[in-house]
Amino acid sequence: MTMEFSEHIKTANVDDVVLKLPLRPALKGTLCVTAHHLVFSERKEEGSYQLLLLLRSVDAIEKRMTGLSGSSGTIVIKCKDLRILQFDIPGMEECLNVASSIEALSSLESVTELYPFFHRPRELSLSEPWGLSSPQQQYAQTERLWDRWRLSKVNRNFSVCMSYPRTVIVPCAIDDITLAKAASFRQGGRFPVLCYYHRSNGMVIMRSSQPMTGANRKRCREDELLLQAAIDESEMGYIIDTRSAQQAQQARMAGGGFESKAFYHHWRRLHRHLERGKVLQESLIKLVEACGDPSQNMDRWLSKLENSKWLSHVHSALSTAGLVAECVERDGHSVLVHGFEGTDTTLLVTSLAQLILDPASRTFRGFLQLLEREWVQAGHPFRQRCAHSAHSHARLRQECPAFLLLLDATWQLGRQFPLALEFSEVLLLRLAQDAYASDYGTFLCSSEQERCALQVKENTHCLFQFLLRREEREKYVNPLYEATDLAIWPSVHPQSLQLWTGLFLRWTEYAQTMDEAREEIWTIVKERKETDRPKGCAHTTLSRHDSFTNVENLMDELTVL
Amino acid sequence: LKHLRLPHVEYVKLLDRYGKESTIGTLYLTATHLIYVEQDNHTRKETWVLHHHISSVEKLSLTVSGCPLLIHCKTFQRLHLLLPRERDTQDVYQSLIRLCQPVSEDELYAFLYNPNQTEAERRDGWDLIDMATDFSRMGLPNEFWDISSINSSYELCSTYPSLLGIPKTATVATVTGSAKFRSRGRLPALSYYHKDTKAAVCRCSQPLSGLSSRCVEDEQMLKCINDANPHCPFIYVVDTRPKLNAMANRAAGKGYENEENYPNIRFHFQGIDNIHVMRSSLQKLLESPTMSDYLVGLESSGWLRHIKSVMDAGVFLAKAVCDEGASVLVHCSDGWDRTAQVCSLACVLLDPYYRTIKGLMVLIEREWISFGHKFNHRCGHLEGNPKEVSPVFTQFVECVWHLCEQFPCAFQFNESYLLIIHDHVYACQYGNFIGNCQREQQEMRLRERTFSLWPYLLQNQAEFQNPLYKRATHNTVLRPSTLPLHFKFWCGMYNRYDKGMQPRQSVVNTLLALTLRHTQEQKTMTELQRLAVVDGILPGPIGTVSLPPDQNGCPRTTPTTSFGQSNGDCTSVSTCAGGKEDSGLEMSSQKEAEGSSATEHELQTKTDKPVSMVTQKEKVTESL
Repeated sequence: MTMEFSEHIKTANVDDVVLKLPLRPALKGTLCVTAHHLVFSERKEEGSYQLLLLLRSVDAIEKRMTGLSGSSGTIVIKCKDLRILQFDIPGMEECLNVASSIEALSSLESVTELYPFFHRPRELSLSEPWGLSSPQQQYAQTERLWDRWRLSKVNRNFSVCMSYPRTVIVPCAIDDITLAKAASFRQGGRFPVLCYYHRSNGMVIMRSSQPMTGANRKRCREDELLLQAAIDESEMGYIIDTRSAQQAQQARMAGGGFESKAFYHHWRRLHRHLERGKVLQESLIKLVEACGDPSQNMDRWLSKLENSKWLSHVHSALSTAGLVAECVERDGHSVLVHGFEGTDTTLLVTSLAQLILDPASRTFRGFLQLLEREWVQAGHPFRQRCAHSAHSHARLRQECPAFLLLLDATWQLGRQFPLALEFSEVLLLRLAQDAYASDYGTFLCSSEQERCALQVKENTHCLFQFLLRREEREKYVNPLYEATDLAIWPSVHPQSLQLWTGLFLRWTEYAQTMDEAREEIWTIVKERKETDRPKGCAHTTLSRHDSFTNVENLMDELTVL
Repeated sequence: LKHLRLPHVEYVKLLDRYGKESTIGTLYLTATHLIYVEQDNHTRKETWVLHHHISSVEKLSLTVSGCPLLIHCKTFQRLHLLLPRERDTQDVYQSLIRLCQPVSEDELYAFLYNPNQTEAERRDGWDLIDMATDFSRMGLPNEFWDISSINSSYELCSTYPSLLGIPKTATVATVTGSAKFRSRGRLPALSYYHKDTKAAVCRCSQPLSGLSSRCVEDEQMLKCINDANPHCPFIYVVDTRPKLNAMANRAAGKGYENEENYPNIRFHFQGIDNIHVMRSSLQKLLESPTMSDYLVGLESSGWLRHIKSVMDAGVFLAKAVCDEGASVLVHCSDGWDRTAQVCSLACVLLDPYYRTIKGLMVLIEREWISFGHKFNHRCGHLEGNPKEVSPVFTQFVECVWHLCEQFPCAFQFNESYLLIIHDHVYACQYGNFIGNCQREQQEMRLRERTFSLWPYLLQNQAEFQNPLYKRATHNTVLRPSTLPLHFKFWCGMYNRYDKGMQPRQSVVNTLLALTLRHTQEQKTMTELQRLAVVDGILPGPIGTVSLPPDQNGCPRTTPTTSFGQSNGDCTSVSTCAGGKEDSGLEMSSQKEAEGSSATEHELQTKTDKPVSMVTQKEKVTESL
């Protein structure tokens, strides 16, 4: 394997390279290209600066010749985490070699060649559990589900649905044969499954892909039965379709469609148009471009911001999720969410709705579990969606920042309810980075099936498990967290939604003053809480929380066994 | 009280922002406030609006459910009322129109208001902020600068303060000659002296240069300012206006300095628009934001562009002083609007003192009040020319807020401090912001007849503290980025009364409560230990010490008097107003009589809905 990498490396070391980073004076040192990293070491005796850049995180690379008759070159590297670096390299040939190595090694096609398969930190062992939750666990923990819902292994070989996990939660009344038939009526086999159970009233959120009704308005008894079995005779369920009514109508021409009122008597359908795919990716590109614009012209900035439409996508995501949450919590209806494939906007809406409704998903562990269930296991195609970020000039294929949009919307929730989430913005930034390029295997691949085939769980470390380690967790916790059982209803007024400066201005001075503020909050809380601890109520909530986490750890161990 | 046509109206509906949900209550008009009392079975919610805070009252066309009255406030509050009867509406309308803008100064609230202070306390209050002290803090007088009392009788310049910082080398002839050559006599005088670089920020009005006039004394005056800074061979002259405006003024015999006549100056235009442009920009800003084209509206209002232009000019000044060690002379046309904004902003950037609670008071007192920002005209305290009204001070406050956002640890105060100052500028409850200049203030004998706001703010400073303030690391000049993307709409100001748009939980309040509890516990602990020692026993179980967290830091008093008694009777009305004096904060706040639990901390309960979502859902039909 190493042979293959070395083919791409013609020049491994270059001396006297000048590195220009945002907010730092230029550094001189040695640049080294390895199979997965760019390593830059400042040439200084003590306290020298080292940069270790994962090649996978390179989104775009620009090279130009400088110096007399092109005797040296400059490489500008634009990263997927929006950072921009510049290397001035003496020697034209060296520069070209380094550039072509970066180009080749940053876009390796084979998943098993990627760094997570080589990342072996001393403190982690491959035998540690991979992942935090599973449908089994979710089912086992929710006793009240048991009389009405069951675990089905109909997909144990991934034969019914390629992008679903092996086990799913479905109504008891529906047997596996019916499920398989219903699956054949849904795009990609993504039949309706349970993703959230609302304890206070027993209502549920389900998700699926679109039904394949086609131009002839085909129907599928089994699919109708499945949805009917999810609610009582007397109840009314809501289908939140993340497409516009017109889009849904047009989808029939391509074999897709929507649930017709005539066949799904107890379900009411509402349409909320959420942008997806290319539109969303272009929106991100425009926004990042606007944020990097050095122009001092206010009108130009505002019209670029408006033009990018990013904030209006955040708005639609939050308001649709709010609608779902409202159906469940206030009006007492179960909800099915789907769009086209049910792997992007659908997951965005279901996971945000859970954040609004479910206090458990707002804890550190709970949030990671939510992401694991609703994105990793539910088959969000990370591999395609996060192949490139906003800087890439490569022709867009299936890139789409749906996951980034989720993180942004989550940040908006955290801004409006700064005490309600147990994790801080730092975690969201870390996730935004790792979804695109990571040392860990969590966001590799596009489905459980692929992960199994490539033995990802056996050969990589799990990001979520890593983040939960005590010393890591500390970095990402919100010091102001106070658990609340209430739903957190976000305001979706345009005035209430803001540009996520933490992400989009991450590599500016602004981020530094924000870091300072965050540290200061930590200091204050630590100081104050230290003195409170032996006497106050803060202690009891903490310890209760600890024991809760312990139970969860125990659950993990049980599953491993 | 002859203007009060009607003391109260019952069954008045208060509509929310969207004209949808409403409450029923009683509307009272007192001599000073409009009060809406919503009486539910269990709660009694009062909304107080100071008459002076009302900027406009509109009668909308009749509807089936009543006669609508739309009240806009200078604090950006908005009340949409529905009165049952047309005649009452007309009466309330007439009364408010008269009450919100009195004809004579004596009718202003400040002359009625009495916070139960003794005469000595009143005097001390007014002496709290003192310009001479500020001069000596800056290091004046020194070998280059003098404090001159040449304007002590306001004869040299009627709109300037009595004490002026003047270069030591400037003779009386130079000073008076220069004053004659400047619009309204507003001669170049010291605004801020930067000890470290010995550079000064000076301010004045435009020169009467016209197309070709010169004035030897004025040229000499600028030379004196230049000479007062030994480190730099030139001074910047900053005209904060757009070049076109300045050129137009030349035709009227005013204008700007000709570089050929003033050796050693470097001349700059800054392009801040005039008060009329700002007024209509704010108007647009407040009208625009609707759901779909919010950013388009924000852009077309031009508001953030104007804020940025003020900030840019402030940053220019700070850089000149700090980086180049150059003195700067700033003017606009009259030198009391844009000049005040820019000079005071530069001070905030240059000197950490002005980022403290006390320091901001000093700054406002010096740059705005004593240098004659026309608060009466700009805020529309009295009936007068509406074209004189302009949100110049609001813009300054917003610039400071933008800095607070960019540097969360650099300011001693939090957002609520800026908001309360802004409220009081328009409230006329204290005497500080009444009148157009120091001379007018003296003529009105404000120091004898009204109270000063600053002691009140200092007493309550606990709630204005920024818990993240780190003076030690922010002891130098601030260098904000003025890239457009750092400017955002200030929801906390312009949508302050739309609670649904604000964050539901507040980091600042949480940290303040934490700090408060911490200090109180420490106090209790020390007290317990002291007692234990005194009594010779061990300290008891400490678990009982923890105190209930009070989000606001201090209990708020609510007006308890029943307004039914007032019946338009003058004395009892003023008793009502007097009853709430302890809580000078409550000029226009909403509160519940049953334990004011309405803090930001509160989460939305199950009963209230996110409006935007509900309404959309109803509209959807099964169109397929």
